[in-house]
Amino acid sequence: MRPQRTADDADLRVTKSLLRFNTCGSVDDGKSTLIGRLLVGSGVIPTDQMAALEADSKRVGTRGGELDYALLLDGLSAEREQGITIDVSYRFFATEKRKFIVADTPGHEQYTRNMVTGASTSDLSIILTDSRKGVLTQTRRHSYLVSLLGIRHAVLVINKMDLVDYSQDVFQAIEADYRKFAEQLGFGAITVIPVSAVNGDNVIERSTRTPWYQGPSLMELLDTVEVDDARQRLDALRLPVQWVNRPNLDFRGFSGTIVAGTVRPGDEVRIQPSGKVTKVSKIVTMDGPLESATVGQAVTLTLADEVDVSRGDLIVKADSPAEVANQFEATVVWMNEAPLLRGRSYLMKIGTKVVTATISPIKHKVNVNTLEEIATSTLALNEIGVCNLELDRQIAFDPYKVNRDTGGFILIDRMTNDTVGAGMLHFALRRAQNVHWQAQDVNKAARAAIKGQKPCLLWYTGLSGAGKSTIANLVDKRLHSMNRHTYLLDGDNVRHGLNKDLGFTAADRVENIRRISEVAKLMVDA
Amino acid sequence: MSLTHLELLEAEAIQIMREVAAEAEKPVMLYSIGKDSGAMLHLARKAFYPAPPPFPLLHVDTTWKFREMYELRDRMAKETGMELLVHKNPEAVAKGINPFTHGSAVHTDVWKTEGLKQALDKYGFDVAFGGARRDEEKSRAKERVFSFRSAQHRWDPKNQRPELWKLYNTRKQKGESIRVFPLSNWTEMDVWQYIYLEGIPLVPLYFAAERPVVKRDGALIMVDDDRMPLRDGETPEMKSIRFRTLGCYPLTGAVESTANTLPGIIREMQQAKVSERQGRVIDHDAPSSMEQKKQEGYF
Ligand SMILES: Nc1nc2c(ncn2[C@@H]2O[C@H](COP(=O)(O)OP(=O)(O)O)[C@@H](O)[C@H]2O)c(=O)[nH]1
Repeated sequence: MRPQRTADDADLRVTKSLLRFNTCGSVDDGKSTLIGRLLVGSGVIPTDQMAALEADSKRVGTRGGELDYALLLDGLSAEREQGITIDVSYRFFATEKRKFIVADTPGHEQYTRNMVTGASTSDLSIILTDSRKGVLTQTRRHSYLVSLLGIRHAVLVINKMDLVDYSQDVFQAIEADYRKFAEQLGFGAITVIPVSAVNGDNVIERSTRTPWYQGPSLMELLDTVEVDDARQRLDALRLPVQWVNRPNLDFRGFSGTIVAGTVRPGDEVRIQPSGKVTKVSKIVTMDGPLESATVGQAVTLTLADEVDVSRGDLIVKADSPAEVANQFEATVVWMNEAPLLRGRSYLMKIGTKVVTATISPIKHKVNVNTLEEIATSTLALNEIGVCNLELDRQIAFDPYKVNRDTGGFILIDRMTNDTVGAGMLHFALRRAQNVHWQAQDVNKAARAAIKGQKPCLLWYTGLSGAGKSTIANLVDKRLHSMNRHTYLLDGDNVRHGLNKDLGFTAADRVENIRRISEVAKLMVDA
Repeated sequence: MSLTHLELLEAEAIQIMREVAAEAEKPVMLYSIGKDSGAMLHLARKAFYPAPPPFPLLHVDTTWKFREMYELRDRMAKETGMELLVHKNPEAVAKGINPFTHGSAVHTDVWKTEGLKQALDKYGFDVAFGGARRDEEKSRAKERVFSFRSAQHRWDPKNQRPELWKLYNTRKQKGESIRVFPLSNWTEMDVWQYIYLEGIPLVPLYFAAERPVVKRDGALIMVDDDRMPLRDGETPEMKSIRFRTLGCYPLTGAVESTANTLPGIIREMQQAKVSERQGRVIDHDAPSSMEQKKQEGYF
């Protein structure tokens, strides 16, 4: 049966806004206690779980039998907890006005990978510090990471104010220190709140123990803050085509989620990267056609002309298109045990498109504690660097700082299929356009024709000592005897000349392969 | 104008479903006929409208569901124009596995856990949508939207991928499969509200009515058919009851209630504030038993 509409449905008709935030803090700063308080304060914890919490607090709590809010967050059994690699928990609570999605990441070593993951979908970040310790290295690190991901609003929670007698001086000193440091990170807004998570001061309600503090409690802030959302900065339409909807010959729709701007029937749009221009006919939904659709909505468009559009294309406002390029500078966060290597190629997923990306020079990595730039040729797990990327084809994009969804990407290892890195595009490098490829009159086909043979490369792979050289030599001899022009590039021999400067580190091996492939490519062409 | 929380949750679920449709080889939607499945199915229809969703529905049947559930299942398959596959573990059929003689743990394991693996292998599905939510249980808070399973259908905490922005890496090794949870970020309240606003069909058992029940091991069990052996001193009584979750009838506890509209149910929920899973007998078997079931391949 279908639920009947009734007159007393106020609870079911309320519509709320949605705020996603993440929390960062080091072990024991009181993050779990704080989140537990927010959950309980908003009333989402059912009575039976509250009873269980009381019992657990007496049994294993750290608060001498008082409610230990942190226990609400324990999820997987401890042993499982150890093994989990991607440690981000998502929790929910709601007030009258808002629903909240909290991405909570623990403070231990895997922080970068986890925190970046949690921050990527957040509108705001809560950064915890202990009032007795003030702004520590980890506070700076957490702030840098969330700013890197484009978070515009940072909330510094100075916790454990009870342990410094709710001192205004302590609070002001930490606040001043933090604001000075955070200037360089370019947040749009910073709020600093004095809190005692265990006693509940300034968590849900403003505390009488901090009469000198005029600002909002944490919950009041979360409930009312209007985030300066990086996703809204671009106001021209961006719609990555996710699915071509073609149930029959009479209908051809292009489905996707709008990641910037709005769209209306009649709007002139451009399909990128091809650049073709057409008009929107209809915005089709199961609830009937729409007069307009805006950022965040998942829609299906039909277009006025039979233009070629497929998954991975970007539909944009015709007169404010995205840039199209195949070489970029980007910041990359490395998330895998095997390091990022220059010259190696990875799959890159950006929007709904998957391309091949090769890492050309890594310009530097960033010491996340001091923000210092350090020269490097690889990035290890949890390291962040700036590098150039070269793609196998042109894509449409916007810089990450104006739009997260058309400028953020992940890198995937082609062998293991793991998500090994995440990145943010800065700008396109014009190199490909400037250095025009020298068009040659005598081409590959012409050269092949005078030899009367089809150019071809045979690549032998296998462990050292497996017999590659022996087999290659026999094949070479045989082809030669058939009057074919051949050349054998032996791995060892190449190391005497072209690759004399390379050793056997992982990075050097990749470079070794890259150079041999380039030479092989020239030979096939020649 | 920014969107409401339900509009954003809806868009997120639709985006996830389209991504699977575009990248999976052979996706399927697990349909268990409960309210979450109902919401998920509705979202799938919206995602691919005007076409029907480009995947079949799979019901892993235990033969012990409430009769009204089978009725809604068959009706929804007709209404959506989707193919409905029903799998009953042949071994369980042969042995007549039931909750009374074999206990709830064995019953669930053989019919559901084993049944699900069999069905996925039999049809070669590589991606299966499920209606699970992160708020259902503490151990689910860390679950990914795209949850990878080994060829043996095991969940390996070391082998889960980071999910950034709206980007899901759906690539997998041969034999691996993915469970995808489009309702990950929904709460029970979100689901009820969405069902109400969208008018999504529900099994009538969610609404209070006079039904025959017995009190057994502290739970109110509805006597849905004559396969249920009554214990000494048990006589079914008519009581006004409803269900918060639906599963196998002998394993699903009812609550006494007179709420026969959704607003009424929500008001009761807000007053009682007892978690949803309390009515499920399987959760109480052992501490962290949901977590263990997940590892073994039960959703
Ligand atoms: N005195 C005091 N102790 C606190 C406060 N917040 C948390 N704690 C204690 O600090 C310890 C670590 O807290 P927990 O929430 O588990 O920290 P987490 O590791 O950041 O999640 C626990 O013993 C808490 O009871 C506070 O505001 N004041």
